[in-house]
Amino acid sequence: MTLEIKTAGIEPIRQTFANISRRFGEKPASRYQEATYDVQGEANFHYRPLWEQEKQLNDKSRTVIEMADWYSFRDPRQFYYGAYVQHRARMQEGAENNYAFFEKRDLAAKLSDELKACVTRFLLPLRHVEQTANLNHMFAADYGYGTALTQAQLFAGMDRLGMAQYLSRIGLLLDGNSAEALAQAKEYWMTDPAWQGLRALCEETLVTKDWFELFTAQSLVLDTLLHDVIYRQLDAWLVTNDGRDLGLLTEFMQECHKDLGRWSDSVFKVAANESEANRQQLLQWTEKWRGKAADALSPLVRDMLGDDALQEALIALDTRIAKAGISKK
Amino acid sequence: MSKVYLALQDNDVSRYIVEAIEEDNPSASIQHMPAMIRIENEDRLVIRRETVEDKLGRDWDVQELHLNLITLGGNVDEDEDQLTLCWKG
Repeated sequence: MTLEIKTAGIEPIRQTFANISRRFGEKPASRYQEATYDVQGEANFHYRPLWEQEKQLNDKSRTVIEMADWYSFRDPRQFYYGAYVQHRARMQEGAENNYAFFEKRDLAAKLSDELKACVTRFLLPLRHVEQTANLNHMFAADYGYGTALTQAQLFAGMDRLGMAQYLSRIGLLLDGNSAEALAQAKEYWMTDPAWQGLRALCEETLVTKDWFELFTAQSLVLDTLLHDVIYRQLDAWLVTNDGRDLGLLTEFMQECHKDLGRWSDSVFKVAANESEANRQQLLQWTEKWRGKAADALSPLVRDMLGDDALQEALIALDTRIAKAGISKK
Repeated sequence: MSKVYLALQDNDVSRYIVEAIEEDNPSASIQHMPAMIRIENEDRLVIRRETVEDKLGRDWDVQELHLNLITLGGNVDEDEDQLTLCWKG
């Protein structure tokens, strides 16, 4: 037997805001659409910014990438503030459980001194890299154009801050909350020759003016390489060298990177498909920063994992560049 | 032939499931009712995991359909990648 449900329907006069229905048609809109499209102010500013009088407050010309519609960068994760916060709260809950488990079982005591030294030298200084990444995403959120992209940049910036904080907590777990490991890691970051190339590269990104170039350097080039080296290869090395339990503590970063990758992949794909000029520009940037990053990382990766590790990471990077449609392979 | 149908609660997740069904079943009719969305089609309706994931922007388990499902009509054939409704005559 089938059940017929009879109802009296009342049609709403408007399904959504006028600007949303102009874009997507007169039908119920998602929260993401209503919270994102056309949110950024475009007209009727009284003054130009005093700190850059040749440009508008929100100005498309702060990057050489050109888009017919800057709202083409739809976030595949559809994160507006509420969705993003809920999603990350769930991830954080998982991470906190892992950290609590690690502490409760005193797993740090099971790690050999050599392994702790290795983590202090190769994993902990990464928190300074994450701090840079946070600033770089914030820069793109400030100077970028269109809420679709700038809000996602802001969320990415907060993710990087979260990763930096979790890395700091790994240090505190290893040194019994004395912060010695963190001080030691800072020393490596400032003076260890292996890290200096990457530190110089990080500083260079901080003074890069074109926000889309900066985003390409950070999200496409640096993050892909670091993710492959640290969270895949170093992770595998830790597993084979009795450091398996550390995987509990880096799970959050792995998840986060995967999530950010899904979003940034889509951004580069849209930008490269928009026009040949964009594609050429992105290709030029990726080649430039790929070269810089390879030079900067090579001493570090050689000390960390041997001679072939960087090559593997570069292959992963090239795959990603090709997948975004930037290089024609 | 008779129709297979599916009724989902009208909420933010269902919206994307409905979009995915529309894409995979061009001939399906979608009726928006108060708090409910009813989808009908002649003979067959298919819900593909990949399409829904694409619309939702996250991983989606076909079993999650039941969180928003009110009722359905038709013989169900489901695995990890799709759920199909049809009448086996």
